[in-house]
Amino acid sequence: MASINIQNLVKKYGDGFPAVNDVSIDIADGEFMILVGPSGCGKSTLLRMIVGLEDITSGDLTIGDRRVNDLAPRDRNLAMVFQNYALYPHLTVYENIAFPLRLAKMDNAEVDRLVKEASKTLELDEHLQRKPGNLSGGQRQRVAMGRAIVRQADAFLFDEPLSNLDAKLRGQMRTEISRLQKKLGITTVYVTHDQTEAMTLGDRVAVLKRGILQQLATPRELYDNPGNLFVAGFIGSPPMNFLPCEVSGSTAKLPFGEIELPPEKARAAEGKGLLIAGVRPESFEDATLAPKDKGGATFSTTVDVVEWLGNETYAYIPFEAPPEVEKQLRQLEQELDGEALRTQLVISLDGASRIKEGETAEIWMDAAKLHLFDPATGENLTVDRENAGEIPGAKVTA
Amino acid sequence: MATRADAQAKVGTGIGFVVIMIWCLLPVAWIISLSFKSTAETGAGSPQFLPKDGTLDNYKTLLGVGTLSDGTKPDPAVSDDFLQALLNSFGVAAIATLLSVVFATLAAYAIARLEFKGKRLVLSLALAIAMFPVVSLVGPLFDMWRTFHLFNTWPGLIIPYMTFTLPLAIWTLSAFFREIPWEMEQAAQVDGATSWQAFRKVIVPLAAPGVFTAAILTFFFAWNEFVLAISLTSTTDSRTVPAQMSFFVGPDPFNPPYGQLATASVVVTVPIIVIVLLFQRKIVAGLTSGAVKG
Repeated sequence: MASINIQNLVKKYGDGFPAVNDVSIDIADGEFMILVGPSGCGKSTLLRMIVGLEDITSGDLTIGDRRVNDLAPRDRNLAMVFQNYALYPHLTVYENIAFPLRLAKMDNAEVDRLVKEASKTLELDEHLQRKPGNLSGGQRQRVAMGRAIVRQADAFLFDEPLSNLDAKLRGQMRTEISRLQKKLGITTVYVTHDQTEAMTLGDRVAVLKRGILQQLATPRELYDNPGNLFVAGFIGSPPMNFLPCEVSGSTAKLPFGEIELPPEKARAAEGKGLLIAGVRPESFEDATLAPKDKGGATFSTTVDVVEWLGNETYAYIPFEAPPEVEKQLRQLEQELDGEALRTQLVISLDGASRIKEGETAEIWMDAAKLHLFDPATGENLTVDRENAGEIPGAKVTA
Repeated sequence: MATRADAQAKVGTGIGFVVIMIWCLLPVAWIISLSFKSTAETGAGSPQFLPKDGTLDNYKTLLGVGTLSDGTKPDPAVSDDFLQALLNSFGVAAIATLLSVVFATLAAYAIARLEFKGKRLVLSLALAIAMFPVVSLVGPLFDMWRTFHLFNTWPGLIIPYMTFTLPLAIWTLSAFFREIPWEMEQAAQVDGATSWQAFRKVIVPLAAPGVFTAAILTFFFAWNEFVLAISLTSTTDSRTVPAQMSFFVGPDPFNPPYGQLATASVVVTVPIIVIVLLFQRKIVAGLTSGAVKG
């Protein structure tokens, strides 16, 4: 077991395009680190640089106290689970798991003990003599994990291990991986594009965009204090709402009405002109069901579509955005691999809400949970630095 | 209606199948039948299909065992020559196959995995060699081999056989290698294998069907080849069976020993059939299924 230290790592391909650009992440011993981002953000490349399958263009990679930049994969003592499992089809499950041990020239009794131990942990005992071709997706996944846990590796690396499983199995395996990691207490780096996996599994999450680290923080910090528009839009489902907003004094003017800002947020936004306000869907509520003791504002608007899910209700409210904000939002949508057709507000209401489609409804909004973003840089002006982990690109110091 | 059409289709398929089988196997049956006929019978004007009274004399003569039906021992000159030719055939074909497959495996792996300058050139050159007519090389080779003292030796045959079979083997194998996912090898390397170990323990076993296919094709070529075998040899020191058979003239030029020729043909065909049956089980397509999510 060991810590992994990534220092200013850069990966440039032949055409000079930096797939990973100056990324620094410090992964503590035993930590579960998630690398997350939309496709093409360099997360898999970063993982493959750690394991040694991609050369490092510049920067330092330290595992434990060894600089491993120039070591071959076999000398780094890391275990990896590939996206497509990469099981050896000509070997039985037993020999697949035993493969790293056999390469290490371990004696047969020891190999047998370790393989049995791993297969017991992963409940593969009855499949040991079968070939991977005869196993189901979930079983293959477990064999791939068995091959990783069987040896005393310094760290586990997972490259989107659940993306090939169906939704139900994915949920189960996610819990299983989490349990296994806690039990073994081994340093883990896990690549995913799925923000649910990132939020549920990670001790800390590194959000990447086009090879650049956006924010490195715990899931809670990311959710409550996103460093910029990109992180705010990526983390959370349904995603955060972005609205054009003009602040004068302590009053913020939103498309639906005006809202009184808490003093520290008003100060951060002072004199910035047109901003983008970010509000999570659950910061809204049906005014009749809203908590009376909290501050915030109430406004009335027309609800376009209502989706009732039993425990909660999603309501959709379209709005018009000024062109400069709309342009920024469209670009953000592209970066997030999304395809929104119109600017609309998604709000999550209590399941007991009786608001109907096409009705004018009273909606309450929690002003304390509102974030203000600079439309030019995308930076979060109202971020709480103390509780936002690391935001490498930030220029504003609050 | 549909069932009647189905039945008709079945009958049609059956008839077609039988016609093709007869077309292909009749000559084989004729050869086998001939090999059991005595010289007297093959010399008769219009011999019938099945031997009148079957005899093993031809086999005994060629293999030099037992006593002939007329009570004499078989002529050792004939059997010695034939057995020596059989040994040459085996030796030359086996060595050419082994070397060809080993080289082709390494070359094909490099072509499938590495990006290097002139890769396309290597591939097209290989194809060009395979398309070259063998006969056009006989003359130059004959002269060269005489100078290099390779004329009438095993290497003298093995080298050209390798040259002509390598391209096909390389093409077959590189196609197989390309099918094997990169991740297999990367997984092996992460698991602690050197590049060579990853190649030997993961890639080669996965490419086994391709290796066997290439091996069989190479072996067939070397085993059946006639033009080079007759041109680059002069004695039974290195002459292979197809070439040796052209020397089965018998004492009477107007009455060639058809029975013996047929027998020799049967004897050289048997190893091929055995090899195909043995390796057929190895050429299992889809051996890589289950390696990655399919």
